[in-house]
Amino acid sequence: MEHLKPLLDYVIPGISLGTIYALIALGFTIIYRVTEVINFAQGEFVMVGAMCMSTCTRTLGLPIPVGFALSVLLVTLLGALMEWLTIRPIRRASVVSMIIVTIGCSIFIRGAAMFLWGKDALPWLEIGSQQPILFPGDIRVSPQTLWILGITVSVVLFAHLFFEHTFAGKAMTACASNRKAAHLMGIPVERMVLYSFALSGALGAVSGIVISLTYFPVYDMGVSLGLKGFCAAILGGLGHNLGAVIGGVTLGLLESLGVGFLSRVVQMSSGYKDVIALLVLVMVLIIRPSGILGPRSNDKV
Amino acid sequence: MGEPGPGLRTGGDVRTVLSVEDLRIRFGGLIVLDGVSFQVRSGEILGIIGPNGAGKTTLFNILSGIYRPTGGRVLLEGEPVGGRTMHAIARRGVGRTFQNVRLFGNMSVLENVMVGRHGRTRAGFVHALFRVGGVRREERSILEASRKELEFVGLDELAFLPAAGLPFGKQRLLEIARTLASEPTVLLLDEPAAGLNPRETEGLSRTIREIRERGITVLLVEHDMELVMSISDRVMVLQNGRTLCEGTPRQVQDDPEVVAAYLGEGF
Amino acid sequence: MDPLGTRSRPLRERLPLPLFAALAAVLPLLLSNEYYITVLIFMGINVLLVVGLNLLMGYTGQISLGHAAFFACGAYGSGILNVRLGWSPWVCMPVSLLFTGVLAYLIGKPILKLKGNYLAMATLGFGLIVEHMAVEWGDLTGGPSGLSGVERLTVGDWRFYTPGIRYAYLVWAGVFLCIVLAQNLVGSRIGRALRAIHGSEVAAGTLGVDTARLKLQVFVLSAVLASLGGALYVHYLGFIAPASCGFVYSIHLVTMVVVGGMATIWGSVVGACILTLLPQVLTFLEDYDILVYGVILILMMLFMPEGVVRGVLAAFRHAGAKVSGLGGAGPRAADGG
Repeated sequence: MEHLKPLLDYVIPGISLGTIYALIALGFTIIYRVTEVINFAQGEFVMVGAMCMSTCTRTLGLPIPVGFALSVLLVTLLGALMEWLTIRPIRRASVVSMIIVTIGCSIFIRGAAMFLWGKDALPWLEIGSQQPILFPGDIRVSPQTLWILGITVSVVLFAHLFFEHTFAGKAMTACASNRKAAHLMGIPVERMVLYSFALSGALGAVSGIVISLTYFPVYDMGVSLGLKGFCAAILGGLGHNLGAVIGGVTLGLLESLGVGFLSRVVQMSSGYKDVIALLVLVMVLIIRPSGILGPRSNDKV
Repeated sequence: MGEPGPGLRTGGDVRTVLSVEDLRIRFGGLIVLDGVSFQVRSGEILGIIGPNGAGKTTLFNILSGIYRPTGGRVLLEGEPVGGRTMHAIARRGVGRTFQNVRLFGNMSVLENVMVGRHGRTRAGFVHALFRVGGVRREERSILEASRKELEFVGLDELAFLPAAGLPFGKQRLLEIARTLASEPTVLLLDEPAAGLNPRETEGLSRTIREIRERGITVLLVEHDMELVMSISDRVMVLQNGRTLCEGTPRQVQDDPEVVAAYLGEGF
Repeated sequence: MDPLGTRSRPLRERLPLPLFAALAAVLPLLLSNEYYITVLIFMGINVLLVVGLNLLMGYTGQISLGHAAFFACGAYGSGILNVRLGWSPWVCMPVSLLFTGVLAYLIGKPILKLKGNYLAMATLGFGLIVEHMAVEWGDLTGGPSGLSGVERLTVGDWRFYTPGIRYAYLVWAGVFLCIVLAQNLVGSRIGRALRAIHGSEVAAGTLGVDTARLKLQVFVLSAVLASLGGALYVHYLGFIAPASCGFVYSIHLVTMVVVGGMATIWGSVVGACILTLLPQVLTFLEDYDILVYGVILILMMLFMPEGVVRGVLAAFRHAGAKVSGLGGAGPRAADGG
């Protein structure tokens, strides 16, 4: 057990961070499955969730559950609004146009956040004490980590139940496999697209709230988080919900272990942590773009 | 009933222009072509029919280099071409059209055909940037050849219109003109009559015969039985990735297995 | 687009180039202020980059969200060689261009196999990696505060950088050359092949176009143009920082392409000029200019996806048709100019 302990010091934070990446990745995947659009503004959904939560609980003094509900609701509406205003009017446009529009949205939301909240970081979210909880084998886990794991795992399970067992969820999955057929079956595809953006907004908000348990919310946090979420989604296999989860946890572990081991060998600043995610992204795209779980549908000529 | 093409008429001088030997391809666990073999004689029109999913378009994709076969050989004029890159095969002399027309919608009608000349011309980046090395002459020849092909299919009046704006029947003709500009030895037509009205199909039939007259060998995948049977020298039937039957149109029509499979009664 | 050669091109298509040359020759003389001259120089450098990026994105249809990385390679490459090794700028510049070309070749080979979204993310990732390296590898690059003390361009006693007007002429002469070459390229067999790749890569392949090779060549060309811009930049300012050549700049470049219009050379010029001037006009907005960029991108894609140049020309044609009593005529064939 003694040999394992240093490893566990990296594994546990890696997994907890990884589950957050998994949530962000899930947000990407849901939209991508239904629309084949990569939502560059996903990171901004995360950021707004975090910022709102901080404002609700710290500035306005609202109780945490209320703040939680309010923040999630707000970002859900934001996602829906974004779809309605900017995606729906150009839904037949090329991939390039879609990318540019979502980038534009991402920039705009970031700018608006800077306008509303300024450039300084907001206070983080406090739940419970800061004292680490002692587990058998002399493993220390902070309450924050437990909260993170608890919330993210519940959300992932909830999402799974939603897609497998509710009509709306199954309808969205149908749109993802075959849009025309879904349309012909009477599924309101346009509304499903709207729902996918709204749902991704909600997931983003939860990710942001959970992140603000360990990081300060700041207006430009979405850039790097969005990128990592996307990297996780690609790593696991874009288009698979399970892929988002696998990819997220894998990326979290890679980052944590990578920095942990490399910093014993080489003098490294924390900035290099982001480079790990980027290198993983580029490597995956070059070597196996379909990710761990592989392609989702056939590529017919 | 199809008239024998020039290649067949001249008796002893029958060249095999395309030879396919035991061709196989699988995608993951799905076997799409399971040992297809046939020979195509120079100057003939070979019709290829079969139900959806028989592997016809996949066959064309392999012949044009879009897919790489997992087994078997393809010989074009004696040279192996299976698994080569698309552009290498195109330069060897294989041209094709697509089931769902793939025009360059961002270019004009004439420009589409001019791209067809790409494989037969040489000006590279340096020539292009600095306009050296006989570029002007080459451009004029490209223009001439492209104009000729447009005239051949009757679209020369529409040369400067955007390709995307053409009515569907003319889009098909444009695609044919474009492929002809690449001077193919073998032309693969993938369901060219799909979506055409009877008058357009008549025109298409005439055009294909005129193509044969130019000495180009034609492989024709089609569902329009009347067209296939009336124009082909020979017909091959594909089913489940294998050749079911091969012969003259009459032979194929009369073959009981084929009739059972899909021609139905009263044909 | 003109397949016949300059002889029979209509006046309308032949006019912009001489007009541009005249404007470029006269404008620097009219600007009294050194500050305006500097803006003019930056504008020229942006045009170089945007023309290159448009060749890649607009004509060939390959999206690149990390183009600033090549600018950085040129600026940092040339700057580092000069500051750390003491080489003359006239040597550093070509070497950094070569280095960027090779890097673009190595990166391009694997990632140009990707399509659409995947290519976008790969280029984004590459751009961010370069940006991070510039920040983290402080010993080489000077870290977040940048690399300073880069020599400026001189030939013997003749200084290119003061008065600034000399550099403006140098840069815009380069821009002029670049435009001419780009127009040659676009109207040629290669230009058609590039646009065909955009139209339908598979169809182009079946017509004999070596799509992989051409994409790579265009990628390298646009990278080298970007690095030229970077080298010109660093040897004017004497300084380069990661903030000027990172993700934000990549997005600016894409915005310029979109605003000017994809697949139009003059569109690139117009887009680069407008969006270089815009921040100057919007200085009162300070940091919020990024908000404006976001709005511009969204509005352009919603209402004028073909870009300013074509949008305005179409509006004129529309108005002209109305005035002369004609119905709405169909759009003219896509022009490559």
